[in-house]
Amino acid sequence: MIAELPAGLILVAAGLALPLLPRAARSPVAAAAPLLAFAQLLWIGPGYVLEKDAFGFTLQLVRTDRLSLAFGYIFTIAAFLNAIYAWRVREGIEPPAALVYAGTALAAVFAGDFLTLFIYWELSAVASALIVWAGGSARAYGAGMRYMAVQLGSGMLLAAGAALRYAEAGSLAFEHVGLGSPGGALLFLAFGIKCAFPLLHNWLQDAYPEASATGTVVLSAFTTKLSIYALARGFAGTEMLIWIGAAMTAFPIFYAVIENDLRRVLAYSLNNQLGFMVVGIGLGTDMGLNGAVAHAFAHILYKALLFMSMGAVLLRAGTVKGTELGGLYKSMPLTAGLCMVGAASISAFPLFSAFVSKSMVLVSAAEQGYTFIWLVLVFASAGVFHHSGIKVPFFAFFAHDSGIRCKEAPAHMLVAMALTALLCVGIGVFPGALYAILPMPVDYVPYTASHVLAQLQLLVFSGLAFSWLKRRGIYPPEMRSVNLDADWFYRRLGLRMARALAALLQRLFDAGREASRQLGEAGAALLERLHGSEGVLARTWSTGGMALWAAILLAAYLLLYYADKVDRGFIFLLILPFLIGALGLWADSRRRDDD
Amino acid sequence: MSAEQLPALVVVAPLVAAPVALLARRALPAWMVATAACGFSFVAALALAVQVTSGGAVSYALGSWPPPWGIEYRVDVLSAFVLVLVSGVATVVAPFAWASASAELERERLYLFYALYCLCVAGLLGMTATGDAFNLFVFMEIASLSSYVLIALGRDRRALLSAYQYLVLGTIGATFYVIGIGLLYLMTGTLNMADMAARLSDISSTRPVLAALAFITVGVSLKLALFPLHLWLPNAYTYAPSAVTAFLAATGTKVSVYVLLRFYFGVFGTRIVLEELPMSQILLALSVVAIVTASLVALWQADLKRLLAYSSIAQIGYITLGISMASREGLTAAVVHLFNHGITKGALFLLVGGVALRAGHAGFDRLQGLARTMPLTSLGIVIAGLSLIGTPGTAGFVSKWYLVLGAIEAGRWWLAAFIVATSLIAVAYIWRFVEAAYLAPLGGATPRAGEAPAAMLVPAWILVAASVWFGFDTSYSVQGAARAAALLLQ
Repeated sequence: MIAELPAGLILVAAGLALPLLPRAARSPVAAAAPLLAFAQLLWIGPGYVLEKDAFGFTLQLVRTDRLSLAFGYIFTIAAFLNAIYAWRVREGIEPPAALVYAGTALAAVFAGDFLTLFIYWELSAVASALIVWAGGSARAYGAGMRYMAVQLGSGMLLAAGAALRYAEAGSLAFEHVGLGSPGGALLFLAFGIKCAFPLLHNWLQDAYPEASATGTVVLSAFTTKLSIYALARGFAGTEMLIWIGAAMTAFPIFYAVIENDLRRVLAYSLNNQLGFMVVGIGLGTDMGLNGAVAHAFAHILYKALLFMSMGAVLLRAGTVKGTELGGLYKSMPLTAGLCMVGAASISAFPLFSAFVSKSMVLVSAAEQGYTFIWLVLVFASAGVFHHSGIKVPFFAFFAHDSGIRCKEAPAHMLVAMALTALLCVGIGVFPGALYAILPMPVDYVPYTASHVLAQLQLLVFSGLAFSWLKRRGIYPPEMRSVNLDADWFYRRLGLRMARALAALLQRLFDAGREASRQLGEAGAALLERLHGSEGVLARTWSTGGMALWAAILLAAYLLLYYADKVDRGFIFLLILPFLIGALGLWADSRRRDDD
Repeated sequence: MSAEQLPALVVVAPLVAAPVALLARRALPAWMVATAACGFSFVAALALAVQVTSGGAVSYALGSWPPPWGIEYRVDVLSAFVLVLVSGVATVVAPFAWASASAELERERLYLFYALYCLCVAGLLGMTATGDAFNLFVFMEIASLSSYVLIALGRDRRALLSAYQYLVLGTIGATFYVIGIGLLYLMTGTLNMADMAARLSDISSTRPVLAALAFITVGVSLKLALFPLHLWLPNAYTYAPSAVTAFLAATGTKVSVYVLLRFYFGVFGTRIVLEELPMSQILLALSVVAIVTASLVALWQADLKRLLAYSSIAQIGYITLGISMASREGLTAAVVHLFNHGITKGALFLLVGGVALRAGHAGFDRLQGLARTMPLTSLGIVIAGLSLIGTPGTAGFVSKWYLVLGAIEAGRWWLAAFIVATSLIAVAYIWRFVEAAYLAPLGGATPRAGEAPAAMLVPAWILVAASVWFGFDTSYSVQGAARAAALLLQ
């Protein structure tokens, strides 16, 4: 029976049932449902297909293979960890929305055709917008609206692309698509929006930090990784993705450096990490794809861990502004330690998860001869270490003491963080388990002397530089100490340039936004003048005016019909009585209106 | 009761019920007669639908005069499809009318209301069932005259002016139609539509026939409210009693679309209408303008009922858009949207009727925080609204899907993009309701009397459920429409 139910729908059903359950039962159910779905996935394994006829098509509601299962496993694991982390959140829309969101994303991963994918794509968009709104502030409301508009827009493009694809290929099956057709291009754009491609990314940094402490953790896991899966399925080996991905890894760094809201810093670094996966997909080699999937798997965990730790800080200290925090390690030593596990993981320290996943993408890029891309990725790796590895834990837990004294994070949060940290370290120490579930056979050994040494070099030198500059007092503590980063690319560019570049980009964006706002306002004003309640198209017309239209249309039809047999006199005679009658009626009603 | 008599019985039941209701002179018996007649017609229409699907068209010669001399009632796949929609909606609206009309009308006029309702139903069913062009005019007048009076019964004083304007425009439409029929009779000497089609094939390009086509096109376009002949519709729908709006919005314009399809494809023939004349281009242009302007006007309306009226004009644009494609996909989309929009808009107007009962009218100032006092009504409006937008899992999605397919099949990518893009305007105007009902705090003018009575909620929710059901199970709606499209293109 359970096997008949798509795994995602188990979560959706649990989510919908949640508000009806007694309060005490809600959190256990929210945690048990992902475990059940996980067990089901293990049980059905690859090669399972569930089909159903609807809309006149045969829909593949479930299709499992190694690619979708890898994402399925991590989605259920993430949903479980989220449920533990949010154990105390029992009221409101957020817990059911989180489960429905996770469930629809999970179901979307197993969708075997574009129609099924589209349905879950849209449902997950709506559910996740509810999570943003659950943040509760006015900013969260606005961000949620923008978020939903973007997500639904992506769904519209997906629907249009699927329809075109159906017309081109005669099939809705979700297989490799490629960019060669208009349908493919629309699908690419739809996935790209959800994946936060450069210039399509703003919704992410806009919305995620506005959700609640628990909501952001949920949001960070699914939406973008669903699109990574969709890209891997439909566009593996598309060269454009390599360049897009490289840009994605590099540009958020500038923003992350100057951002003060630590959850927003993490949102930027989320964007940057997605870039590595996009590059891997663009390379399209076995190792590139494996790297992308492995990195997505590892990334969901350490990013969740980082967001969880910042969520705990937000809960206890009431803020995640870098300038207002500091010295929290005294109050929250466990959270600080777990946050540093996440930081080490995202920075790809040996024995931590990203070390065994991200390097597959880098090696693959180097093997394919993309030296420039490889350099960009190395630069981006250093940037990650800087803003997620050093900046986030340093500002929150160390730096100057802000004087905030609060309680340690609640037990359920610590449990969730500890479990997540355990997985991060587990993957780093025993990469074989992760490699075993990757879509392609793995022929890669992460722990070679050169790899470990090179990575340590990168990390140790940055650490040295950091402490040296700190001791010499060259950089005053707050914002500028941030810029003591690891590798020489970054140092040579310098914070000043980063800031200038960011400021320039910001100004360009602002100017563009202002121009489009003015254009939009002018357009909206014109539309309202025409269509608004007093507009010419919305007014109640006089009876004669209405009749006049009938006469005009009749005249137009007759003229068009007779266009090739010109006998204007006949037409004129035919329509004249009506014109006179209509004009008379119109004049009459005008006169009466004036009275 | 044998199958041959069903085409007549479908129409006769409400036609006979009207004078009976009048003679009863009391509300309750009149209502019971009206409801029973509608229900009987519905059952008969369903039986007919089964019959024509398996055994082909059913013909009934009135007074045993064989066609083409006598009046023929002829029901094929398309007319059975429309008969089921009209009689089905009439049956669902009748119980709703008991609570709604009792609240909105004076008690001593109620029996008149039910008599007129029966007449209107009979007129619309007759227009669909008959195979005789002049008989169609008679039923068109029966349906129109009764609907003028029904609209004028609205309690807002502006209802009278709206009904008067509708009367003038509707009469012009009917006159144009009958002039067209006159010209056709002149040229063919017959009024039977099938006979007419056979005789027209030789003389289809002559001047009087073309004039007839123009008159019938404009006349019927007035009745189905095609832009720019839609101007009578917003006020008529806004100020009519709730039950009347729901019934007319779901069926009135739809039957006129049916008449247009009949004449274009059944009488004049595709060759002259779509190949020799620029009809499809004109229809396409008018549909596109209708969709855009009416949707945008809907966006700025201050009253939900009026907003939905403008949305109806836009949705009719989608139907005529499908007709203008003149392909199998396009016609399937048009016929299936005729059905799907009928049930969706019926559901919406019934629910808004519930709001109007509690609040007096459905202005947006009365809807602030409505979800708290009328949760079922609000939820129903949102679900039916999703169907109006064309969200997957609702009936509206199915029609839009076929419309997009038709556009792509014809190689018109821009049209496919246009259909998807204009759905966004529908998202915006439905969102206005969501924002008012769910996100705004409870307003001072919002009704606090609680949900609408069950007699109104249940019929409304039947149509809401139908608009979800037909989003998943398309075996009836799409297959019926596809069969009808195949028949039209023969």
